Amino acid sequence: MTNTVLEQVAPSRSGLFTIAALQKAVAFVALIALIAFFGVSAPNFLTGINLVGILQATAVSGVLGVASTFVIISGGIDLSVGTLMTFCAVMCGVVLTNWGMPMAVGVVAALAFGALAGAVSGLIIAKLKVPPFIATLGMMLLLKGLALVIAQDKPIYFNDTPNFSLISNDSLIGYVLPNFAIPNGVLILFLAAIAGSIVLNKTLLGRYIFALGSNEEAARLSGVNTDFWKVVTYALSGSVCGIAGLIIASRLNSAQPALGQGYELEAIAAVVIGGTSLSGGRGTMLGTIIGAFIMSVLTNGLRIMGVAQEWQIVVTGVIIIVAVYVDMLLRRQS
Amino acid sequence: MTKRLLISALALAASAALAAPASAEPYFAIISKGFQHQFWQAVKAGAEQAAKTDGVKISFEGPETEAMVDKQIDMLAAALAKNPQGLGFAALDSQAATPLLKKAQTAKIPVVAFDSGVDSNIPLTTCATDNIKAAGVAADKMAEMIGDEGEVALVVHDQTSRTGIDRRDGFVNEMKAKHPKVQIVDIQYGAGDQLKSTEITKAIIQSHPKLKGMFGANEGSIIGVLNGAREMKRKLVIIGYDSGKQQKDAIIDGQEAGAITQNPVGIGQCVVNSLDKAIKGEKLPKTVDTGFYWYDKSNIKDPKIAAVLYD
Repeated sequence: MTNTVLEQVAPSRSGLFTIAALQKAVAFVALIALIAFFGVSAPNFLTGINLVGILQATAVSGVLGVASTFVIISGGIDLSVGTLMTFCAVMCGVVLTNWGMPMAVGVVAALAFGALAGAVSGLIIAKLKVPPFIATLGMMLLLKGLALVIAQDKPIYFNDTPNFSLISNDSLIGYVLPNFAIPNGVLILFLAAIAGSIVLNKTLLGRYIFALGSNEEAARLSGVNTDFWKVVTYALSGSVCGIAGLIIASRLNSAQPALGQGYELEAIAAVVIGGTSLSGGRGTMLGTIIGAFIMSVLTNGLRIMGVAQEWQIVVTGVIIIVAVYVDMLLRRQS
Repeated sequence: MTKRLLISALALAASAALAAPASAEPYFAIISKGFQHQFWQAVKAGAEQAAKTDGVKISFEGPETEAMVDKQIDMLAAALAKNPQGLGFAALDSQAATPLLKKAQTAKIPVVAFDSGVDSNIPLTTCATDNIKAAGVAADKMAEMIGDEGEVALVVHDQTSRTGIDRRDGFVNEMKAKHPKVQIVDIQYGAGDQLKSTEITKAIIQSHPKLKGMFGANEGSIIGVLNGAREMKRKLVIIGYDSGKQQKDAIIDGQEAGAITQNPVGIGQCVVNSLDKAIKGEKLPKTVDTGFYWYDKSNIKDPKIAAVLYD
């Protein structure tokens, strides 16, 4: 029975495959065009130090994009990814700094609390039938408040765990290729995207995520426990937010409890620019990563060019609308 | 595909036209804690004035909210990539910025801290207001105006930023030390948001019928206090911080008793002038107190005060 629904979903997925590929190509070409444009117009743009800066600036928003991609393909939305990230960073700070536990425990705590909070969102959506937008809006505020309460309104520093800052700032690649010292935070982003892509395309969970987003009712009628898989999807997304929490806390050497709100919109923008449909059932991790890089190249390039800050925001807004408009045009043509 | 490229190219060409032209003048990058508030705009104006007199070029940027520690770090990284001759920096979190500031030090880029400064020995000097002392003056004025006894409450922008903590503690500690009969019955946080601070104020007034005075710790907070008191039709001794058109009007028409102002224009000038001195090899003092003023109906038009107030 389960197989029938997957077979029903599969053709629509492969039918859209060519468009998805085209879209990815468009986003990729746009990214290259942006880099070329800034490379020509701003002399300090294509320098090693600046390119590393761009990669580093993408690590957090990119990982949050990966988390959001799962949820958005499943036909949901998660507004809590930013404050969930902060909550995980704070829990990691509590475990490492306040309780003095070993670093591995802190890493596991960040991922576990992320999964737990994500599962709570999933349960509210699946069992209480609260619409995802509202459920995760509530979780966004709940987690923001909890992070402030637990951290007692102050940043928690990781000074007693000197190796913690290596998670994001050290470069494993640099040991092998000294001229190519890309910080670990960026490496984690790429690993998360690859793992996410494998989950989406090669596992049962991935197929159910697409099935939920394409036609939830059909999936349910074919015997898929849709409630259960929804909870799993949000829990998975939550634990990926935990990874983002580790990256940001390590980079800042502190868990900053007031930070986080607003990052969900950056993540959603990256997902949408990358060609994932907000109505679910269609999308790729590679697209999301390209979308995240388009956003950060744009921010950095305009900054390096010395464009006034107010205009940077205007241009970013225009690019988001243009990207989504082109996406819609392509779909209509198909 | 061509359509998308064409549109993005157009958008970017438009932005290119807005970019500052390159020149041989020394270039200082200034990273502040924000850019949209009038306060930061006044710091920027001061920096630009000084840049003109000193014959240097500057850029001035800051994150959208003071919570965005990582965005500020990204700005700092981009600023360093531009090889500036000097760096002005107001840290949202000193520790988080330390690795990049060390990079600036290695590259022999002089660093001047401003506003709440940087907890490190890398900056050559710090241009800042002593917020603890200034909030203490606000507490003394409040006590004097309510007859040195009774209930007062505070609306503060937040409990995490340096200015939020210093202004709250400066006010509270001065009250406790010098005016023991004045009771602080409530301290609430409104994120510097005018509407949130209004609601908070109304709730405070509602729950404390004997309240005599309120202190708003920044521009957004004090506007909220003024709105809330007006909507509740309660006569209170209201003392504010910073300036802004609404606050100035309230002081002139008597609803607000007075306020503390920092010298944002002076802070901006201090940053650029200090950097200019640094690249010329002059020695700098460890800190520059850019000062603060108490202003009320009687001295709001005084040229010395009017010069540091903004609309």
